[in-house]
Amino acid sequence: MSIRAPRKGENYELSVDLNSEYREKRKDAIKRTIASMTVGKDVSGLFPDVLKNMQTDDLEQKKLVYLYLMNYAKTQPELVILAVNTFVKDTDDPNPLVRALAIRTMGCLRAEKIIDYLCDPLQKCLRDENPYVRKTAALCVAKLYDLKPELVIDNGFLEQLQEMISDSNPMVVANTVAALTDIHIAATSQPSTSSSDPAIFVITTNILNKLLIALNECSEWGRVAILNALARYGAQDEKESEHICERVVPQFQHVNGSVVLAAVKVIMIHMRGVHREDLIKQLVRKMAPPLVTLLSSPPEVQWVALRNINLLLQKRPDILSNEMRVFFCKYNDPLYVKVEKLDIMVRLATEKNVDALLSELKEYASEVDVDFVRKSIKAIGQTAVKIDEAAERCVNVLLELIATRVSYVVQEAVVVMKDIFRKYPETYEGIIPILCANLDELDEPEAKASLIWIIGEYAKKIDNADELLSIFVDTFTEESYSVQLQTLTAVVKLFLKKPDSSQGIVQRVLNTATKDCDSPDVRDRAYIYWRLLSMDPAAAKAVVLAHRPPISIPRTTVAPALLEELLGEVSSLASVYHKPAETFVGRGRVGADSVRKGTEEADDQFSTQKALQTVVAGQQAENLLDFDDAPALDGQPKGLAATEVLSQTPAAANLLAGTSSNPLDDLVSIFGSGGGLAPTSAVPFGPGSAIPGRGGFGFGQPMSPAPATPAIQQQHQPQDDLLGLF
Amino acid sequence: MISAFFIFNQKGEVLISRLYRTDFKRSIADVFRIQVVSNSDVRSPIITLGSTSFFHVRVNNLYVVAVTKTNANAALVFEFCYRFINICKSYFGKIDEESVKNNFVVIYELIDEINDFGYPQNSEIDTLKTYITTESIVSSDYAAEESSKITSQATGATSWRRADVKYKKNEAFVDVIEIVNLSMSAKGNVLRADVDGHIQMRAYLSGTPECKFGLNDKLVIDKNDRGGSDAVELDDCRFHQCVRLNDFDASRTISFIPPDGEFELMRYRSTSNVKLPLRVIPTVTEIGTTQVSYTITLKANFSNKLSATNVVLRIPTPLNTTTVDCKVLSGKAKYAPSENVVVWKLARVQGGQECTFTAAATLTSTTTRQVWARPPIDVDFQVLMFTASGLIVRFLKVFEKSNYQSIKWVRYLTKASGSYQIRF
Repeated sequence: MSIRAPRKGENYELSVDLNSEYREKRKDAIKRTIASMTVGKDVSGLFPDVLKNMQTDDLEQKKLVYLYLMNYAKTQPELVILAVNTFVKDTDDPNPLVRALAIRTMGCLRAEKIIDYLCDPLQKCLRDENPYVRKTAALCVAKLYDLKPELVIDNGFLEQLQEMISDSNPMVVANTVAALTDIHIAATSQPSTSSSDPAIFVITTNILNKLLIALNECSEWGRVAILNALARYGAQDEKESEHICERVVPQFQHVNGSVVLAAVKVIMIHMRGVHREDLIKQLVRKMAPPLVTLLSSPPEVQWVALRNINLLLQKRPDILSNEMRVFFCKYNDPLYVKVEKLDIMVRLATEKNVDALLSELKEYASEVDVDFVRKSIKAIGQTAVKIDEAAERCVNVLLELIATRVSYVVQEAVVVMKDIFRKYPETYEGIIPILCANLDELDEPEAKASLIWIIGEYAKKIDNADELLSIFVDTFTEESYSVQLQTLTAVVKLFLKKPDSSQGIVQRVLNTATKDCDSPDVRDRAYIYWRLLSMDPAAAKAVVLAHRPPISIPRTTVAPALLEELLGEVSSLASVYHKPAETFVGRGRVGADSVRKGTEEADDQFSTQKALQTVVAGQQAENLLDFDDAPALDGQPKGLAATEVLSQTPAAANLLAGTSSNPLDDLVSIFGSGGGLAPTSAVPFGPGSAIPGRGGFGFGQPMSPAPATPAIQQQHQPQDDLLGLF
Repeated sequence: MISAFFIFNQKGEVLISRLYRTDFKRSIADVFRIQVVSNSDVRSPIITLGSTSFFHVRVNNLYVVAVTKTNANAALVFEFCYRFINICKSYFGKIDEESVKNNFVVIYELIDEINDFGYPQNSEIDTLKTYITTESIVSSDYAAEESSKITSQATGATSWRRADVKYKKNEAFVDVIEIVNLSMSAKGNVLRADVDGHIQMRAYLSGTPECKFGLNDKLVIDKNDRGGSDAVELDDCRFHQCVRLNDFDASRTISFIPPDGEFELMRYRSTSNVKLPLRVIPTVTEIGTTQVSYTITLKANFSNKLSATNVVLRIPTPLNTTTVDCKVLSGKAKYAPSENVVVWKLARVQGGQECTFTAAATLTSTTTRQVWARPPIDVDFQVLMFTASGLIVRFLKVFEKSNYQSIKWVRYLTKASGSYQIRF
């Protein structure tokens, strides 16, 4: 018997009341017990007292006692056995609500002792005449499987579930599908521990037809479950694919956003099997209005929809071609919605609508939220790079923004200008003086580095380039590494272009960089330049002033294969994060986190991650370009490039990070310099495949929150890995 | 799959906690408190830590949180959270800390009923109310019979309706409610104007009535001119689950067996030919660095038989405003320093009427160079018997076995709250 609590205190009072002779008093005591349980007080000592109240005609009281049992059954397995009798009796109750409640609760008790008593009542309930009981029992099978798979298999519950797909009641069908899917996932994710055939829930043509019938009749949540199952079905031929699409399309009109997105998913998957152009066109056309309607949902649902629209646009850019206006941000939209809308607007920008877009973006650039303002300016730059005809208008808008002289606006505009110079060389030299006039304003490394790059690039045309650069050379050791690297390169460029006037400055910068600089990366680069310049100035010219490949806005932010995979998971977390599920979900349910290690390890801070992803997607090209002495191989930047990308990360992370915190940045910079120490270990990092979970370990890992903050068990593993790596 | 469901108050105290699955301990709530509630800079409704994802929705200083470890269906989880919020509003009239604390027993019953093992179950408010009540049900033979009816309703093909509804007077009320979203540029160009409409129905009809509903719409999807000249283009419609979507897809007829009582029959969206009921013409000039002058004209752009009520304009002022001197002929204007706006309230504006607001704001001098962001003017209003999209209910036919006569009422309302924005 459990140790009795002392004869005073709250628990003692409760225990007295629970044993009271008055019904009302007992019930009240149960309520108070549950209230204590909710706020986290330990009331497990009252187990026997609460148990005494289980046998009652009062349904509400019964539910409360069951709720208590579900919570503490695990801690008091010996005592749960006392409840079994009542449970089994309840599954025979004439009232179907009581029967269902009993079977539902038994499945949640999760005590080994009671499990064996569950099978007989479950067997009975699966055949109950009442559909409400049957639908509850169907899910109970999944609960049982979660606890003890052998029992499910030995008792033939699986076969029984398979039969229940043909049930006359659509809700029962929906729950059966949900249960089977659940079991299927559990079984396939742990092939080693499961003794059964992993393919537990195979959807045959026969099942398909039953599902399609049930789809139109069941509840909204049931529809989602059925649509998910349909998404897994592999169509036999084109006709079948067409048939599925036609049957699913009406679901676009459902009021529940998750049903709409689930239908979109099914269509996207089965459209692969459709080859009739007119049908594809029709499907795509029907898909657009419901997607736009999702934008009037609550912000969270909107956000999920926007993230998915972003994916869909990467696959089918024409899907919403006339709808840019609906993505205009409202003043009171939450930031995460605004940022996502910006991204989509740039995607939808064409020569026709660019004017409207630009005036919007300009408007956003005067709002109060700094992150959003920066993102808007970035979007202007992206538009300029994307649409050649609009570049000049974009530049004019940027100039207007620079004229506001608001510090962060100017800085961001300078960064963006750099991309425009890169894309349209020799076109906008006229504005260089305006940029240089703001030199004193700049205090962020990225903005400084961008301006220095511009000066270096146009050294020939800027008369006082040596003066301007010498400002940075003077403060060389105080600058951040990215600025140092950029200064170094710019001065060398200057020297190669105007050798007569800049001998002194190049000597000075090389000296400082090799002697006083503590970044090995900067030192290495300085040594390379020094040697190049002293050995073979012509070669230096060929390397430093090499022609750079043109930049463009990547049409996709994820690799094509990944895109296909994600489109098959529309509305899931994976599609929201634009990453494959393996990167943030452990395999199997129990030992989820321990299974996985190495570069595949999950990145913890997704909000940061996600924000970074969007930024870097646009930035990627330019980051690589900053790095001038790289051979013109876009696809395989060497160690230096990788370091540079990393060293810029804190800025980017701060820029948009969901939960930016200082320790995080520290970690990143540590990592950045770590990468610098071993420049040979290049991170494979192709443009276009933005920081995916795979391969991009350089980004994912250091983003995890500082080890000290949360006391979550599963986090320890990745932290260890992080330390292990370096 | 939702593994756990929590409600937190603003301080991060757990008000409700329910673990549907066993992959979490109760202490997972602490993680959320540390990572989200006590973090002032949360910028995403989903936070993933390790392989644990927290979905949260904020409502009246409460956090409604769902937790999962799988690659869950994000849209479903949020829709579920909002459904829960709606159910609470319907049960307790509101959802806030007090109502959750006072009704935690019912809430536990509810969340167990609408979700089993992480899978959402029947969440039709009307049905739930028949068997989860604030008074307790005593199980007896009579109740068993009653329960059978309830359960067959909860799982039946028309899970939203009882079979034995009887009314003396058969009535159906249809409310067409349109919310106008407008953003107008400083130059007076319409950047975006669209209508989010929903049709709310209150059906007090006996038996199992079969309804057919008709509007003057021509769907953009289906561009044959069946509608005639006054037809309205609806970009998209979404229906309550009682509407037969297949019928709609095939023949554009809206047919359904309505739930008993109030429900939202459909939602729609219209973007073309949106009639803007109120026109706002602002002239705002910054005089030097110490003064801003406002002249704002409001025109009611609809028939003079109608009138707009509860008109509220929120006119932003710079952050360093000290006093605002307002002059209005109609309504009342008052400077609200805490929100940095002047609130101009007009109880009633007749169609065709024109009202003017003039004001001068005095500013303190500041050293910061930050320019004033000029947030848009926000207008709230209601206009009865007017639809901005031009939508009209053509017919509502009710067929029932007993062939009773039914009376139908239709009302129209166009309103805006927080979505009608004019930049200046």
